[in-house]
Amino acid sequence: MSTPLLMTMLGAADQPLPMVEKLRYLVPEMILFIATVVVMIVGLSPNRAVRRSCAAVSIAGLAAAGAAAAFGPAFEGGVLPGLMPFAKVLIAAVGVLLVMVVTGTVDRDFEGEVSRGAAFDALRGNRAEFYAFALFSLTGLMLVASADDLIWLFLALELTSLPTYVMVSISTARSRSQEAGVKYFFLGAFGAAMFLYGFAMLYGATGTTALYGPGSIAEVLAARAASGEGLGMLATLGLVLSIVGVSFKIAAVPMHFYTPDVYEGAASSVSAFLAFVPKAAGFLTIILLLAAVGWHFGPAGTALPEPIRVTLWVMAALTMTVGNVLAVMQKSVKRMLAYSSIAHSGYMLVGVIVGPGSQAGATGSLQSNGLAAVLFYLLCYGFMNLGAFAVLAVLEKRSGGEREEIETVEDLKGLCRTQPLMGWTMVLCALSLLGLPPLLGFWGKFFLFTSAIGAGEIALVVVMGLNSAIAAYYYLRLVGAPLLESSDAGASFTEAPAPARKWAAVLSAASVLVLVLPAGWLIQRANNATGVRPPTTPMKASGGTADSASTSAPAVRAAR
Amino acid sequence: MLSFLLIIPLLSALAIGLAPERASKGLAMLGSLLALAAGAAVVASFDWGRGSAFQFAAALPVVPELGVTLSLGVDTVALWLVVLTVILQPLCVLGSFSAITERTRTYYASLMALQAAMLGVFLARDLIFFYVCFEFTLVPMYVLISLYGSTNRRKAATKFFLYTFTGSIIALAGLIYVAWVAATRVPDAAGWTFDIATLRSAAQAHLSPTEQGWVMLAMMAGFAVKVPLFPVHTWLPLAHTEAPTAGSVILAGVLLKLGTYAIYRFVLPFVPVAVVEYAHVVAALSIVGILYGGLICWVQRDVKKLVAYSSVAHLGFCMLGMFALNAAGVQGSILYMINHGLSTGALFFLIGFMYERYHTRSLEEVGGLGSKMPIWSTFMVFFMLASVGLPGLNGFVSEFLCVMGAFQSGAYTLGPGGTAGPLGPWYAFIAGFGMIVAAMYLLYMTGRIVFGPLREPPGHDDHGHGHAGSHEGGGLPADLTAREVVVLAPIAALCLFLGVYPKPLIATLEGPVNDKVQMVLSLGNAAGAAPAGAAGGER
Repeated sequence: MSTPLLMTMLGAADQPLPMVEKLRYLVPEMILFIATVVVMIVGLSPNRAVRRSCAAVSIAGLAAAGAAAAFGPAFEGGVLPGLMPFAKVLIAAVGVLLVMVVTGTVDRDFEGEVSRGAAFDALRGNRAEFYAFALFSLTGLMLVASADDLIWLFLALELTSLPTYVMVSISTARSRSQEAGVKYFFLGAFGAAMFLYGFAMLYGATGTTALYGPGSIAEVLAARAASGEGLGMLATLGLVLSIVGVSFKIAAVPMHFYTPDVYEGAASSVSAFLAFVPKAAGFLTIILLLAAVGWHFGPAGTALPEPIRVTLWVMAALTMTVGNVLAVMQKSVKRMLAYSSIAHSGYMLVGVIVGPGSQAGATGSLQSNGLAAVLFYLLCYGFMNLGAFAVLAVLEKRSGGEREEIETVEDLKGLCRTQPLMGWTMVLCALSLLGLPPLLGFWGKFFLFTSAIGAGEIALVVVMGLNSAIAAYYYLRLVGAPLLESSDAGASFTEAPAPARKWAAVLSAASVLVLVLPAGWLIQRANNATGVRPPTTPMKASGGTADSASTSAPAVRAAR
Repeated sequence: MLSFLLIIPLLSALAIGLAPERASKGLAMLGSLLALAAGAAVVASFDWGRGSAFQFAAALPVVPELGVTLSLGVDTVALWLVVLTVILQPLCVLGSFSAITERTRTYYASLMALQAAMLGVFLARDLIFFYVCFEFTLVPMYVLISLYGSTNRRKAATKFFLYTFTGSIIALAGLIYVAWVAATRVPDAAGWTFDIATLRSAAQAHLSPTEQGWVMLAMMAGFAVKVPLFPVHTWLPLAHTEAPTAGSVILAGVLLKLGTYAIYRFVLPFVPVAVVEYAHVVAALSIVGILYGGLICWVQRDVKKLVAYSSVAHLGFCMLGMFALNAAGVQGSILYMINHGLSTGALFFLIGFMYERYHTRSLEEVGGLGSKMPIWSTFMVFFMLASVGLPGLNGFVSEFLCVMGAFQSGAYTLGPGGTAGPLGPWYAFIAGFGMIVAAMYLLYMTGRIVFGPLREPPGHDDHGHGHAGSHEGGGLPADLTAREVVVLAPIAALCLFLGVYPKPLIATLEGPVNDKVQMVLSLGNAAGAAPAGAAGGER
C-alpha cells in the first residue's frame, strides 16, 4: 500500500508513520463511518421496515469494526502499540450492547402516528440522526484509541463528545432533557477548552504535537528528564490542565458536577451511553498522554513525575469519596448510578497512577500493571454498569398519558417477582458493581488492588477499600429493593416496546457471570495491550524507534 | 473427592431455585444429607496419622494470570469444622420446616448456597478462593436475615453485611500485600501465586517486623469482625436476634468460626512475630469481650439476645486460647469452635421452637415452662449446662483448656524444651471471672424460663411480627414434636460424647496444633529477640 510516490506526495517521509500507513490501522473506524452514512440514509426511508433496520445496520457495522480490529494488522508504532486492538474490540462489544439499549429512544410517538396512518415526514423523524450520532460517537472513541498526535486526540475526543450533547437533548420530549443537554454542552465545552489549553501548553513546551516517534513529545520529555532538569514548568502545567480538562469526560472531581443532573435529565438509555463512551474516551486519552510522559520518575523510577502523580492521587481519592458518599444520599436510582459512575472513575484513576509497572522480570508486569487493570476494569464496568442502566431503560409506566421511567429506589421494589428477568439483572449488576466475589466486578477491583499494592500505593488502596465499603451500602439498596422487598410499585411498570433493550440487559447480566471464566485470558489481553515502549534514546531518528519497535512487536504478535 | 462437598450443596441450591416451591424442603434435606454422607466419606478415608498435612488435594487453575487457583485440601482442623458444618446443616433444614412457610424456595436455596460457601472457606488452599467463599457467605446470610428475620431485620442484615464487608476488604488488602511480597522478595518466585503454603513461608521469611504488624492489623480488621472480638462485635447481637432460627444457628455455629479459623490459618502462621508481640492486646480484648458480653447477658430480657451476647463472651475464650500460643490453648480453642457451634446452635434452636409457640422472646412474658413443656425444658437445661461448662459436658473441656493455656503461657511455666508464650496467669485469672458470670446469667435465664410459676403472654396472637400471620397459633403442640426432638437429639448426644470422652478429638488435634505452635513461637520469639535493632527501631 505504501507506494513511495504517495509518501512523497504526502510529504511524510520523515514521519514515523506516513498517513497511508496509518490508514491501515483505521479500518474499523472507516467501517463504522460507512455504517454511519448508511444509517443516516436508511433512517430517512419512507418504508417502515427499512427505517427499522437502523439498529441492525449499526450493530452489523460495530461487529464488523470489532472483527476488523481483532484481525487487523498488528500495530507496531505508538506509545502503546498493543492498545488499539484491545480497546477497539472492547468498544465494539460494549457498543453493540449500547446500541441495543438505545433502540426505541427517539421517534416512538412519531412512529406510532405513522403506523396509525399519518404520512411519513422525513423532517420530523429523528431516528436517522440519533443512530448516526451514536455511531459517530463510537467512531470518535475508536479514533481516540488510535491517536498518536495531540490534534488528532483533540478532534477524536470532540467527535466522541459532540454527538452525545445532541443525543441527550433529543432523548426525550421533556424539557428536562433539553436542560440537561445544554448543561452538558456548556460544561463539556468548558472542559474541552481546558484540555485544549493544556495541549497548547504541551506544544509550547515541546515544539511538537506528535505523541511518539522522533522529535515527539515522548522523546523531548524523556530527553529532558534524562538530563535531570525534570519536565519543566510549562509541560507540567500543560499536562495537569489536560488531565483536569479530561476529567470532565471521565466524570472525575473536579469536573464531575454535571454528572447526576445530565444522567437524570437524559433518557436512561442515553445515560447508559454517557456512562461508558465519554468515560472510555477520557481514560484512553489520559493513558495516551501519560504514556508519552512515562512512568519512569520517582525514587524507584516507576512512577509518574511527582506533580502529576499528586494531582492524580488527589483526584482519585476525592473522586471515589465524593462519588460514593453522595451516592449514599440519593433517592433517585439514576442519580445514584451517576454518582457511582463517578466513584468508579476514581477507582480507575488508581490504576492510571500505578502505570504499567516494571515490565522486566518474571514477576513484574502482570499484577503490577495498573494500565491493564484500568482497561480490564473498563471492560467490567462497561458491562455491569450498562446492565444496571438497561434495566432502568427497559421499564416504564404510563401516568397521565406520559411515559415515566423508574425514578426512585422505591420503584424497584419487588422487581424480582413482578419482572424476574429485570429484577435479577439489577441484583447481579449491583452486586458486581459492589465488587462481590465471584462476580466480574470483583476481579476488576482485585486486579486494581494487586497492581496498586505492587506499586506501593498502600494509602490509595486503603482509601479504595473504605470506599468499596461505603459503596456497599447503596448498592445493597439496589439489591435489596428488587430482591427482598415486596411492593406493588414494580407491577405498574411494563417493558418498553423495544425488546433489544431487554436483551442488552440480560446479556450484560450474563456477561457479569460468564466473563469470569475467561477473566484470566482477558487480563492477559489487557496486559498485552499496555506494553509501554521504553523511551528510546532521544533524537536518534528512525533507527532507534525501529529497534524498540522490533523488541515490543513480538509481544504484541504473541498476544494475538 | 472434596469437590463433592462443594458441588452437592451448590447443585441442590440450584435445583431448589429451579424446582417448584413445594419441592424445596425435600431437596434441601436431600442435599444436606448427601453432603453429610460426603463429609462422612472424607472422614473415613482421612489419614489421621498425617493430620497436619493437607490431604485430598485438588487444584484447578482459574485465573492463572493472577495466580488464582481453585485448590482444595483438608487438614485435621479444617476437617473437624467441615464435619461440624455438614452435621448442623440437615438439622437446620429440619428445624425450619414449620418456621418457614413463605418463600421457601429462596430460603432453602440460600441455606444450601451458604453451606457451599462455608465449606469452601474450610477447604480452600488458595487465598483468593478462600476470600471469594468468605465474602460470598454474606449474600445468602443477608437474604436469610432480611427476608425471614423478625421486625428489625433489614437494619440487622445491612449492618451485618457492611461490618463484615468493610473488614474483609481491608483484610484482602493485607493478604494481597503478602502475595506481593511473596512475588517480589522471594528469590526465585515463579510469578504471582496465592497458594496459601507458598505465601506462608514467604511471609515468614520476608516480612519485616513492622510490616508484620501492619499485615496483622489488616487481617485482624477482617477476621476479628467475623469472630467477633470486643470493639467490633456490635453487629452480632442484632444479626443474631433478628435472624430466623436456622440463620442464627448457622451464624453462631459456623459463620463465626470462619473468623477464628481464618485467624488460625492465616494470622498465626503468616505473621508470627507480630502475633507474639501483640498477643497480649488480642487477649486483653478477648477478656474484655468475655466480661462485657457476660455482664450484658445478665441484664438481658430478650432470651435470644442473651444467647447472642453469650456468643461474644464464648468466642472471647476461644480467642484467648488461640493467642495463648501453646498446645493446650490452641487445642482448646479449636475444640471450643466445635463445642460452641453445637451447644449455642442448640440453644438457638430451643429459643426458636419456643418462639414459634409464643411469638415472644422476652423473659418478662414467658416463664416457668417446665411444667408445660417438659421435653423442651429438659433440653434447655442440658444445653444451658453444656454452655456454662459443666464438667462432663463438652463446654467444660474446651473452656478449661483455653483458660489453662492462657495460664501456662507465662514464661515461668515452661516444660522442658518449651518456649514461652505471651500470656500468663493473670489473663487466666481474670478470664476465670467470665466463667462465673456465664454461670450466673445462664442459670438465671434458665431459672426464669424453665422453673417457677408458668407465665405465658396474654393471648399469644397480639404479638404479630413481620410475617407471623402464617403460623399464628402454629398448629404446634405445647411441647416439642418428634421432628424437633430429632433436631436436638444428635446435638445432645455429641455434646455428651465430647464432654465425657473428648480424647479422640483432642488426640487428632495434637499433632497439627503442636506443629503450628512450635512454628509460631520459634519464629516469633527468634525474630523478637535476635534482630533487636530491627525490632527496636519501630518501638
